[in-house]
Amino acid sequence: MLSLRHAIRPVASRCARRWAHNIPSFSHLNAVTEEDLAQFSKILAPTSILSTLPPNSTSPDDLASYNEDWMGKYHGQANTVLRPRTTQQVSEIVKWCAKRRIGIVPQGGNTGLVGGGISLQKEIVLSLGAMSKVRSFDPVSVLYRRVKYGYPTPGILVADAGCILESLSEYIAPHNHIMPLDLGAKGSCQIGGNISTNAGGLRLLRYGSLHGTVLGLEVVLPDGTILDQLSTLRKDNTGYDLKQLFIGGEGTLGVVTGVSILTPPAPQASNNIFLALPHFDNVLPLYQTVKRQLGEIMSAFEYIDRTAYDMGLSHGLGPVLNADEVGNSQCFVLVETSGGNQTHDEEKLTGLLESLLSADKPLINTGVLSQSPSQFASLWAFREGLTECCQKEGKPYKYDVSVPLADFQKVVDAIRERMISKGLYGDHAISKVMGYGHVGDGNLHMNVIAKHGYRPELEEALEPFIYELVASHKGSVSAEHGIGSMKTHALHYSKSDVSIELMRKIKQVIDPLNIMNPGKVLP
Amino acid sequence: MRPSAARLLNILVPVKRAVDYAVKIRVNPQQTGIDLNVKHSMNPFDEIAVEEAVRIRERLKEAVKSIKVVTIGPPKSAETLRTALAMGADSAIHVEIPESDPSPEPLGVAKTLKALIERQKEGVDIVILGKQAIDDDAGQTGQMLAGLMGWSQATFASKVVVDAENKVANVTREIDGGLQELKCRLPVVVTTDLRLNEPRYASLPNIMKAKKKPIEKLLAADLGVDLTPRLETIKVEEPPKRVGGGKVENVDELLAKLKDAGITAIKRA
Repeated sequence: MLSLRHAIRPVASRCARRWAHNIPSFSHLNAVTEEDLAQFSKILAPTSILSTLPPNSTSPDDLASYNEDWMGKYHGQANTVLRPRTTQQVSEIVKWCAKRRIGIVPQGGNTGLVGGGISLQKEIVLSLGAMSKVRSFDPVSVLYRRVKYGYPTPGILVADAGCILESLSEYIAPHNHIMPLDLGAKGSCQIGGNISTNAGGLRLLRYGSLHGTVLGLEVVLPDGTILDQLSTLRKDNTGYDLKQLFIGGEGTLGVVTGVSILTPPAPQASNNIFLALPHFDNVLPLYQTVKRQLGEIMSAFEYIDRTAYDMGLSHGLGPVLNADEVGNSQCFVLVETSGGNQTHDEEKLTGLLESLLSADKPLINTGVLSQSPSQFASLWAFREGLTECCQKEGKPYKYDVSVPLADFQKVVDAIRERMISKGLYGDHAISKVMGYGHVGDGNLHMNVIAKHGYRPELEEALEPFIYELVASHKGSVSAEHGIGSMKTHALHYSKSDVSIELMRKIKQVIDPLNIMNPGKVLP
Repeated sequence: MRPSAARLLNILVPVKRAVDYAVKIRVNPQQTGIDLNVKHSMNPFDEIAVEEAVRIRERLKEAVKSIKVVTIGPPKSAETLRTALAMGADSAIHVEIPESDPSPEPLGVAKTLKALIERQKEGVDIVILGKQAIDDDAGQTGQMLAGLMGWSQATFASKVVVDAENKVANVTREIDGGLQELKCRLPVVVTTDLRLNEPRYASLPNIMKAKKKPIEKLLAADLGVDLTPRLETIKVEEPPKRVGGGKVENVDELLAKLKDAGITAIKRA
């Protein structure tokens, strides 16, 4: 039985001005009532239900952490948050919500940057945080026993969706394995959320995306059915690979409740170097040189422009490089190596450094090499700390884009020029425009800092200008952050009408009632 | 500041290669020590000492003739010397001991340093080292060395100002009661505390230069020192595991549990 979908805005409305807080009406959905709460009480323990509706006594403040995103940009409206402990509970909740046409927003660590985990109007928040058990882990060392008993490949971690990424890293570290992804939010983000957003992060260059490292998923579909494809097989070509729909599906096709993921062996030798480049144009040749000389041991290549570097220093990150040696360097690069043999890696690194420094026209002004695990960690801390510094500077507008490497600086400069031309550049409005990111993946994180808070006129000046700029470079308007509620109207800049129409059809088939994270991803 | 007619200053920085402070320590199954098959790096307090020596030279310029680093340890300790050279030291001495030998004790180290100092034709004016090593936390080497040499000592330094002309070091020490200022005649032994400075990273140009700097290799026997341990470690064990807390449903239950634990209320006057 098909119900009415909410009206599809025509794609041709690309001229429509959209505010970040423009909330759709969801006329096809119902609000939560006390009767619904009574039903939830039959499924869940009292401590798993947070609601401002009677008889529950939760105050709106207690729901704040579920209703406000990490940046403080999106303000949700949920009056009810559910925290199930088992997949079965999730299934029953979804079944009831389907019956009652109540919208569901699956939420992990709430560290998303595009308003994808926030209740837009009256949907409930389904928090996976209470489902945080590791279900199994087979390190390489038990290969023999597993092979003997006919179990599949080792190094595979099976865990609940609510496990925090850093906790998983710590769990497998004693067995000398690492997670295939790493990002600044690791202390708060959950693996289910990582998968639903197809998170990229700092290691993608080396270990690939979640589309490759996730082996299986357990998902609760929008009608409550549990899809158990929690396989631990490395290879399984039997039919359509359904899990790929949910990886990056941003919770609009189902609730990810369990994950089976391949974990690479921990590198025996890790090193990193922080380099200062005199001119932005050196980034591409540097990347090519580093890639060629370091080869398989290069595991990360991060870019930081001068504005971001100075900002980091001003907030107490570092100091890293000698200011005299840095001089007028326009940008900086952090390179990480991970290999099996410390001596071999050091030789490669020293060879690289010698050739960089002794070249006729050196590509770098100076740089530092970490000499100990603590220095290794603090060089990374500089890069990973930039995001928090942006929050301290004001309210950042974040644009996570994929554009050709050679165009990175052009794009950042074009945005700055635009704000200057609109009279919006300076301490009274946009105080900083900067870029940093995963250069090795062609992914630039632009941060436009609104010193005194988000304002509609600032957003108007930025959008759709930035999206049109990115589209002109044939790039992606969202390299890794996803669409969420922020970029639904910008989807067409990077995907054709044919693609978007097919996505709608798939959504219609899997979630005909449109209760699963409504208002997200698809316009 | 022009150096005086007397000879220029020579600084000696002893450093120790210890388990890196970021590593999670585990006691070995025999309970005789900790698992040493983990990442090692220069003792953080010694890093601060090397940094201070380099800063003293940056301040006094030609008044400082040489900065020598020395370590007493197995072959792998040479890495620590390379790091110090990359931070700005001029040359290094490695008193090598066999891999299988136990770590030398503070008295043995102090005696070795004394023998080394007496061998230095140009003499040593300042010995600066970490206040303690993070593996044994002994905190004795600097003081013992000063005692053996009959030199002034200023430990737990949070600020060091060297007056090369008058051959004096003004050192601020961190003590329980606050800060103490000492004026020490050179030669002096200074041990570093955490707030003295923040060590620099080894810059690439310096790493390249460091490869060409000399490392002199010696044996303890060459110096006439016996490093046989005088202490025997009987047992090493982890501290008792923290027992988990419990949850209570309401204030009355909390009060009942407190009473059971023998905690009573104090009557307010």
